Amino acid sequence: MRLACGAGGYGTYPKGQALAVKLRFDVSGDDFSLAGKASTELKRTLARLGIGPAIIRKASIAMYEGEINMVIHAGGGVIEADIEAGGITMTLTDKGPGIPDISLAMTEGWSTAPDRFREMGFGAGMGLPNMKRNCDEFEIESEVGKGTKVRMVINL
Amino acid sequence: MSEQAERVPHSVKLDEEKCVGCTTCIKKCPTEAIRVRKGKANIIAERCIDCGECIRTCPHGAKRAVSDPLSIIDGYRIKVAIPAPTLYSQYDEGRSVDNVLSGLLELGFDEIFEVAEAAEIVTAATKELLAGNAQALPRLPRPLISSACPAVVRLVQLRFPSLIPHLAPLIPPMEVAARIAKDKIHAGEEGVGAFFITPCAGKVTVTREPLGYGRSALDGVIGLRDIYLPLRAAMGKAPERKLARAGRKGLGWARAEGECDALGERRSISVDGISNVIGVLESLENGKIGELEYIEALACPAGCLGGPLTVENPYIAKTRLRNREESAAEALAAPRGYEPPSFEELRWTEPVRSRNALVLDPDMLKAMVMMEEIEMRAEGLPGLDCGSCGAPSCRALAEDIVRGTAVESDCVFKLRDKVRALAKELMALEEIRPPGLDR
Repeated sequence: MRLACGAGGYGTYPKGQALAVKLRFDVSGDDFSLAGKASTELKRTLARLGIGPAIIRKASIAMYEGEINMVIHAGGGVIEADIEAGGITMTLTDKGPGIPDISLAMTEGWSTAPDRFREMGFGAGMGLPNMKRNCDEFEIESEVGKGTKVRMVINL
Repeated sequence: MSEQAERVPHSVKLDEEKCVGCTTCIKKCPTEAIRVRKGKANIIAERCIDCGECIRTCPHGAKRAVSDPLSIIDGYRIKVAIPAPTLYSQYDEGRSVDNVLSGLLELGFDEIFEVAEAAEIVTAATKELLAGNAQALPRLPRPLISSACPAVVRLVQLRFPSLIPHLAPLIPPMEVAARIAKDKIHAGEEGVGAFFITPCAGKVTVTREPLGYGRSALDGVIGLRDIYLPLRAAMGKAPERKLARAGRKGLGWARAEGECDALGERRSISVDGISNVIGVLESLENGKIGELEYIEALACPAGCLGGPLTVENPYIAKTRLRNREESAAEALAAPRGYEPPSFEELRWTEPVRSRNALVLDPDMLKAMVMMEEIEMRAEGLPGLDCGSCGAPSCRALAEDIVRGTAVESDCVFKLRDKVRALAKELMALEEIRPPGLDR
């Protein structure tokens, strides 16, 4: 995990530039036991910043679903979370197979998860809709063969 | 820090003479609430959840739970023993529940109200909650989390505040037992004392600072460990009387899965051991647990049988308890001599609030600046988590430095770097000659 704050270093933020705590997580695509680490770290940070329980719950659900999606479908990727006074922005970027039909993927109950993950109780087709439901802004871009980028904002 | 957190007293105390300042307990503490300072493992009060993990792990017996001596019962006109069902499992199969309870009367108690009997009453109220019959309450989020284990309630307050609405808002069995004994069976009488006999380190705190209800009806809390030997001797002398009332469902509450068995709820999880509990609550917070009605979460391994004030190994105790469950009736016979408490009498009357002991600063912007500094400092530390600085990990030391409760040279590796730099400087200075002598 790497974390940096604003620009210009500790205590010297140029006027007008938002102060931000930045978290970065490399999500491993081959170790399922590590899925959930990013969500736990994010929660730990939010609790120390004094952010309320309702927001923490939303952020942890959105982050966890995102992490699981990356492991199941994309072989891992990168999650960045920027915590600013106005909101939490989570950006999830992967170099996976991409999503051919985004509106279909956003349908509750639609899933392309392989059987080995379904056997573990995943693949109910609730991932993307659940992420969207737990944030205030949700954007998804995807290109088949190149990868997927999801941007979620939770207002504070 | 919330007002509630500041007032929290604790029942886990340090015996300074026995503490050698090793790092065993700081590593095991689930809330990183212990720091070794001046060679002694001090507890940060506002972060302690009274789980008793440090009592269990200290190799020197330096962490102990504060409880009352048996002599606390003196001076009461009617002394009511409130024994936890764990007590029965501490003695071998030759000792029936009646034997154990008769021994308590021999020790000086006048009456007994089994916690297991109250546990059956709480089970019935929990069923009402799950069935949605409790009209006075809005529908609670599922799964409900049992509030019987005080360490779990405190853990939720401190680390999982978003799950507070999931806590079953019911008074725990030992308190229900004391209230029935004092407010119903002996209503209006003076000089009645109720004394809980407990395997639990957290129960002392919870009687002084109840979670979810006002004043506790208990007048004392006696550690099972302290009463074990005197009771053993008393049992030998006491004529056996028919005293046991609780059924299988109430007895089972002493062990993991007992609450779920009593509820007969299949859509439930039973989890024991504080790190396993944290894992389950983490999953629940992530939205990973769906379609569940109830979570029985117990801080001690194997449940209350694994409490730090017990004498017997929890797994041996479990078999003994199961044997006693088998010989007991299915459930409590009709209540004796008291009107069963209504649902209203069993529900929480006070809010359970989050404890903000982890927040860096009430001003979020200041907290963010501190967060950055913590990260910078953590990167500069060796990352070995050796504990020599007295903090459980390098990250925790970084946080302590930024909070102002530690300094960087508390780290032995950082100190060595400084000494080395100083030595280099000394060598460099030694090379310099005054111009007049530099020939």
